Amino acid sequence: MTDPADLTIKAAGAAMRAGELTSVDLTEAVLDRARITESHLHAFLTLDQDGAKAAAAAADAALTGGADAGPLHGIPIALKDNMCTKGIETTASSQILSGWIPPYNATVVDRLGAAGAVVVGKTNLDEFAMGSSTENSAYGTTRNPWDPETVPGGSSGGSAAAVAVGSALGAFGSDTGGSIRQPAALCGVVGMKPTYGLVSRYGLIAFASSLDQIGPFARSVEDAAVLLEAIAGFDIHDATSIRGDVPNIRGSLHDGVAGLKVGIVTELSTTGIDAEVRAAVDQTVDGLSNAGAEVVDVSLPSCEYGLSAYYLIAPAECSANLARFDGVRFGLRAEGATTEEMMAATRAEGFGPEVIRRILLGTYALSAGYYDAFYGQAQRVRTLIRREFAAAYEDVDVLVAPTSPTTAFPVGERAADPIAMYYSDVCTIPVNLTGDPAISVPVALDSKGLPIGFQVMAPALGEERLFQVAQTVEDIAGFTARAGLASSEVLQP
Amino acid sequence: MPVEIDIAKVASLARIALSPEELRRYGDQLGAILEHAERVQQLPTAGIPPTSHPVPMTNAFRDDVVTGSLPLADVLAGAPEAEDGYFRVPPVLGDS
Repeated sequence: MTDPADLTIKAAGAAMRAGELTSVDLTEAVLDRARITESHLHAFLTLDQDGAKAAAAAADAALTGGADAGPLHGIPIALKDNMCTKGIETTASSQILSGWIPPYNATVVDRLGAAGAVVVGKTNLDEFAMGSSTENSAYGTTRNPWDPETVPGGSSGGSAAAVAVGSALGAFGSDTGGSIRQPAALCGVVGMKPTYGLVSRYGLIAFASSLDQIGPFARSVEDAAVLLEAIAGFDIHDATSIRGDVPNIRGSLHDGVAGLKVGIVTELSTTGIDAEVRAAVDQTVDGLSNAGAEVVDVSLPSCEYGLSAYYLIAPAECSANLARFDGVRFGLRAEGATTEEMMAATRAEGFGPEVIRRILLGTYALSAGYYDAFYGQAQRVRTLIRREFAAAYEDVDVLVAPTSPTTAFPVGERAADPIAMYYSDVCTIPVNLTGDPAISVPVALDSKGLPIGFQVMAPALGEERLFQVAQTVEDIAGFTARAGLASSEVLQP
Repeated sequence: MPVEIDIAKVASLARIALSPEELRRYGDQLGAILEHAERVQQLPTAGIPPTSHPVPMTNAFRDDVVTGSLPLADVLAGAPEAEDGYFRVPPVLGDS
């Protein structure tokens, strides 16, 4: 019999409603999986075992009483530790927030509670979501469950690893430049960044406010859609939240791709992309073609400047957002004779090297005399990229590309070279700049046995079409492999 | 060419107290990163408006009704130092 920790959300929900599984049993199975694998992975910063068991028992009682909250009822999920959870430590993997207990929940946390989900814990990330490997955490590196000598990607590496190994059936991360999609690709799970403004960012510790968006990790495209449905929609507490109806998300899931037009983004699919990744992407594109899609090459020349624009815009916004961490209202405080000295000492002690690097970079890009040449120019390039994507969508329904230029890389390999690390996000950054939705679906393993992700992108609020194509990709790829740690002797009693 | 920057001034603006050795290291790294970032200047953008935000919206208003706020004690519970319902900080004005 399948260990409940390895079920999809859909299968677990069906088993619960058939009386074959309880949320308590499912949650115990997931917590057992975490207990066995955490010494290898370190996916979690906090495991809330007591809270999860209590929530699971309440979910079982509610279901027995006829109160079915929907597809996430009783489902154990994990949250990236940059989402505020009332009463549960939230650190964003930074020393500067060590021990901080939020006095309120992020909107997504409240919505997941209302949907009946069971939160098992808070997952590791690159400090303040700045990184592509989860090596920048102040609390230790997360490992990839496919090969613990490699990174899980980042910044939401803990959430990706937890879902891949079975320590949660689904998870949430945040995606500023690829921080959901890239770790999903490297860990062989589905990861999705919604349209900017579709999901409330209230209670998400801000990194770059014009780019950040919360989204799901899952072991199937349909599970990812279900997770997104639970959190999407207008929130009065987020001024950037889109008013109006939530787009249909699962309506066309199984409609296939016959008659759709798919564009391969040349600039994201050729130069600098690993040969095995390219081959897997080509094979998937052939599959879409065989399934009835019309496939064309699309050139988006400004994309080549996306990485450069991003590494001005994101640090500029981060330098403003992280000004709030000054030792006054929450978190760490270092000694200082004056308030200003205290603030400067606190920030030097509390922030890790990558965060300091980006704050300095952003401060410089926004400072007098350099603003227009750097930040202003990056914003104009952002307009050019948006226009090119919009023009492409006049002709095609979706765009596709690799999610990551390589599969999982060895721990330490890029840690000392910021520019090499930044290049990890080259394929994912453009849609953060445009605000459009995108998803990564695992399609194959490379010769080292590491997963390869295929990225689908759609116009803003085009989630229904995005999930439709992603479901077809999942169907034609038939990717059923599980991470080594989720299937090895490690799990044997 | 790596970009030359006055890293001590930038660190001061950012309110981060760094040692001379740290200033040198971050200065070198930022110079190299900015060399790449400068590529944005290769694109002609005359007449192109900047994008500050992906969703075109101006103001986001809510109804003008009184709602609850967090209890003071809960808010101050996370503060490094608090007194009489206020955040407490070291002297704002130094000797100098």
